[in-house]
Parts: sequence; C-alpha cells; structure tokens
Amino acid sequence: MDEIKSGLAEVVCDVLVIGGGTAGPMAAYKAKRHSPEARIVLLEKANVKRSGAIAMGMDGLNNAVVPGYATPEQYTKEITIANDGICDQAPVFKYASRCFEIIQELDGFGIKFQKNENGDFDVKKVHHLGSYVLPMPNGDTVKKALYRQLRREKVLISNRYMATRLLTGRDGQIAGAIAVNTRSAEFLVLRAKTVILCAGAAGRLGLPQSGYLWSTYENATNSGDGYAMAYHAGAALANLECYQINPLIKDYNGPACAYVAGPFGAYTTNSEGNRFIECDYWSGQMMQEFYNELQSGKGPVFLKLNHLHSETIGKIEAVLHHVERPTRGRFHENRGTNYRERMIEMHISEIGFCSGHSASGVYVDEFARTTVSGLYAAGDMASVPHNYMLGAFTNGAVAGEHAAEVATNIDLVDYDTADVVREQQRVLAATRREDGIPPNQLEYKTRRFVNDYLQPPKVTAKMKLGQARFAEIREDMENAMIVRDAHELMRSLEAASILDCAEMAASASLFRTESRWGLYHHRVEYPEKNDDDWFCHSILRKRDGRMIAEKRPVAPYIVPIDESERSAYDRQRIRRHA
Amino acid sequence: MPIAHTPTAVPVIVDEAKCIADKGCTVCVDVCPLDVLRISDLTGKAYMKYDECWYCMPCETDCPTGAVTVNIPYLLR
Repeated sequence: MDEIKSGLAEVVCDVLVIGGGTAGPMAAYKAKRHSPEARIVLLEKANVKRSGAIAMGMDGLNNAVVPGYATPEQYTKEITIANDGICDQAPVFKYASRCFEIIQELDGFGIKFQKNENGDFDVKKVHHLGSYVLPMPNGDTVKKALYRQLRREKVLISNRYMATRLLTGRDGQIAGAIAVNTRSAEFLVLRAKTVILCAGAAGRLGLPQSGYLWSTYENATNSGDGYAMAYHAGAALANLECYQINPLIKDYNGPACAYVAGPFGAYTTNSEGNRFIECDYWSGQMMQEFYNELQSGKGPVFLKLNHLHSETIGKIEAVLHHVERPTRGRFHENRGTNYRERMIEMHISEIGFCSGHSASGVYVDEFARTTVSGLYAAGDMASVPHNYMLGAFTNGAVAGEHAAEVATNIDLVDYDTADVVREQQRVLAATRREDGIPPNQLEYKTRRFVNDYLQPPKVTAKMKLGQARFAEIREDMENAMIVRDAHELMRSLEAASILDCAEMAASASLFRTESRWGLYHHRVEYPEKNDDDWFCHSILRKRDGRMIAEKRPVAPYIVPIDESERSAYDRQRIRRHA
Repeated sequence: MPIAHTPTAVPVIVDEAKCIADKGCTVCVDVCPLDVLRISDLTGKAYMKYDECWYCMPCETDCPTGAVTVNIPYLLR
C-alpha cells in the first residue's frame, strides 16, 4: 500500500458528487431517487462510512425550523440579522421551508430527534430571537443510517479517491473531474453531466495554538479542496473575509458545547464567574465579545456547569462524551476536570472558511447552483449562511434533485485531454524529485503565516506581508516539494488547497474596507460598518489566471427586516446594572 | 536537502494480542477519516503509521475486538 503507481482510467456518469460527508450522501441519495436509472457516483477521499464533519455523529440540530416553534419567515429574518444583512434570502428561505421534511425523512432512516411528553419535537432556545435547537438522542448513528440508504439505492461509491480539479468544456460548463487514488496515486477521469461539490469546510487553514496540525476545530480532513477546485474552475466565491472562528474547549479544540449544555442551564462566563454575553448562539458579534473578554483582565473565558445538579451534569456528559467529539471526556479526565467541580477553560478557534457556522463559501442560489453551468455546491463549502448539519442535508437534497433533473436533459460535455495531462503533471511533479521539502513543512509554514498575518484584528500591512510569504511558499511548492508515497501525495494536494484558501482569505479581507460580522471581519483601520459602500457581497473569482475581487448586490429581501430589528445581534454584551 | 525523521508518541494504540488484522480484518484502517493506520508487514497487526490524528474515534468504536485505544495527542493533553 502507498507506493506510487501509474494509471489512468475513465468512468462516465450522469451526476458526480464530490465528498461523502453530510451534504454529499444526501445529494447522491436524492439524485438517485429522482432518476433511478441514472448513474450517480459518490466520490470520497476517505471512506463514506466514517467521513466528514459528522464522522462520529452529531448531538443535535442547531437550526431546525419546526412548525409550532418557528416559521421560515422568522428563521430567514434571524439569519439575515445575524449576518449583518449580507444575505441572499432565497436559499435561506428555501432551506427553512424544506428542512422539516428532511427532519422527518432522517427520522424515517432511524435517526431519532428528541420529543417531549406530548410526542412533539422538543425544540430548545439558544439563538438570540427564535427557538431552533433540537437534540438527537441517538445522534451517533447518523453516518450508518445514511450509508444504509446509499446501499439500498445502489449509489456507486468510490472511496479513497481525491478529486483534484474539475474539468470544464469549451464554454466553461462542467464536464467532470479528475481524481487521484490516495493509496496508489492512480488517476481517474470522471465524466459527468452535472457535478455537486460537497467537500466540506476549509478547516485546516489556521494553525491551532497547540501547534499540532491535526487538532483543528473542523475535521482535519476538510482542507478546503472544494473551495480550491471551484476557484480553479472559474466559480464565484462569496464573502470569504467572513471567517469562521468558534468558541471551544482550550487545547482540546472541540466544541464546549454551549448548544447542548445551555438549555440545561450552563452558560459562558469570565474568570470571575460572571456572564458577559447575552446569548450563546455563535455569531461574529458574539465572538467579538468573547475575544474582548479573553484579551481583558477578566479572561480567560469558561463554560460554567458546576452550579448544576450532578444528575443534570450526568445527562450533559451522556451527550458530550459519546457523540460528535467523544474524546473530550478523556481530555477532561487527563486534566482532572470534572464538570461538577470546575468550570471548563475555553478559547477561540483558529480561522477557517465554513458556512456551517458563518457565511462564506462558493456562491450558490436557491437551487444550490454555482456560477459555473452544471456545477453545484452544498454543505459547509457553499455560501448559504449558518447551515449547520441540517443545512448540509437539506441543501444537499436540493442540489441532488436539481442536478439529476438537469442531467436528464443534457449530454456529456467534451473536455480537453490536454487539461488531464497538465493536471497529472501538476499532481506528480513532487514525486519526481530526488529531494526537497516535504508537504507537512510547507503546510505548517502556510498555516503559521495565516495566524501571524490573517487572523483578526485584521491589519492591511500584515495581510500584505502574508501575501508575500504565501507567494514564496508557492514557489517552493511548485519547484522544491518532494513527495515519497501516495499518502504524502494526498497531503501535498491538501497543502496546495490550504495555500489557495490562504490567498483567498487575504484577498477577500483586503478587498472589504470596512468592519462587519463582529470579529470575523474586524479591520483595524476601518473599524465601522459602512453600509453606503459595502452593503453587498464580495466575490472572488479566477479570471485569466488571476484572482479578482468584485462587489455583488445583495438580492432584494423576500422577508422584510424592520429598521428596529436590524441591530438585534449588535447588542450581545450584558449591560451593567446601575 | 536530506530529510530527517522527528520522533513523536502517536495517539492511537493497538493491543496486538486482541488485534485480528492478521486474520484479514481491516476495519480500523478503513474507517479512519485521515487514513493514518496501516497493517504492519512485520507483525500483521494494525498500527498508526502517520501521526496525523483528529482523535475522533471511529477506529476504536468500530474495532470488532476492542483492540484500539485513541489517546489525546500529547501536545494538547
């Protein structure tokens, strides 16, 4: 295993789904249900059984729009306000209107959602305005349940193939993708009528403070490959300066998790044991207050549970230590932290791109279409804000159905074989050197400079220095990197995606000369929100081989927001009592 | 530039007495999202070949004989 072999095969399908985590399996499942005779291929660089952000399941839904608790209008309004108004509402409203049907479908797959004594869904309030949090008592079974459905529908699954570039036709429309086997380095060309990108977050962008490359908030396998592929195919990417930064357990770097513990009475405090934020729902404004407290004399910040009854804490532990990031129990045990006795030290994560919790990503409309004809995106890498897991499922379903329908009406597009040859040369160049710099060092250096120069508070001179350092690393990556086996080849391709994302983060952050979304885009020289000039999306794309930035108007709202409601998320800090 | 190897204590531990990889089992290798486990040619048992661990636990949870333990990587412990 792992020795580099030569090989090139071609497969033909109707719909190609890239990424088998959360959105991808649902997209493939829905595409197959829509067109049972079609060939639907699900490509995954790990194994669909246990891949992606929810490899170990999920403790609950953070954004369930359940009739009786919330309406699609309310939810769309809440998300628009939480994103400082920069939000195309149509995809959010579409999500909000369809997600309950997806909840019921997941329930039918055997994934259970918490019900109260009346048999109704037991929705909790964590957001600033509405109630959208629904616990999942057997949330550890999500991946298994999905996998069963994929097998039943006979979706063609290709594990251990990493897509490296999309293929496009003469007019720029999608033609398929090139992939490389992560254990043999053999190539696969996948021709497809439509392609759905579900490759997850750019979670390996910043470097965790521990210095361990793999201790990221997001699953470390989510290295931003989807953003890089979409960019190189000419797709528009929206608001990448709106970083993801999350509160987390310091050093462990997993969620604390206030959404689970909050409804039981836990809350975030400073070192004096006092609350300092109104609401534990993650937004840039909340993160700014969190950051301010960490930097103040009242830091560090803690999650406080030790005022709760031991039995209540037992219930919280039963969730937190078994689902999503179950090793957190071991982490606390090593340090002798018992929730009953001590508060849990928290911190903020490294930066990343992830619409799951923030708002940046490959630009999509309400049908999950990108700006490249025939190319779709869903889940953490698509631009629908505050997606979370249910957004990945719902928007994956939207993408799968639409892509399958379109595929029934079009023919395969021819690609240029020279593109495949060029891509093979790019991928294999580092394997043909006798010595050089291994990918892990290039990755470490990229990510250290991401921390040094791109983390908020953002400073123009620093970001420009970052760009200069990234250009030097790119020189080394293209001319001096060495790769010795197929596994390291995968890492080298991930390092290239990370570097692409770092350059996009710098460009997008420099472009928007205002501050918005709290900490996510806090620009020191432009400290105020400037709606006159910047009430718009910022869009990055590749044109003639260069990265360009431009403005795109926010689509007219379909759910109006009153002037008095717009600043609800600006009031996060607890007011001092006179 | 010659390449050196820096030692690290790996987080995933396999109990070789319990591991049945020599009988054809590859479950832990298959389910790892980061693909860091391999079967040793020497012992026929699973081991952590690459120190690139998200300490996520599918390898331990899915192992049919309870041979795998995921520890917190030392740098974060």
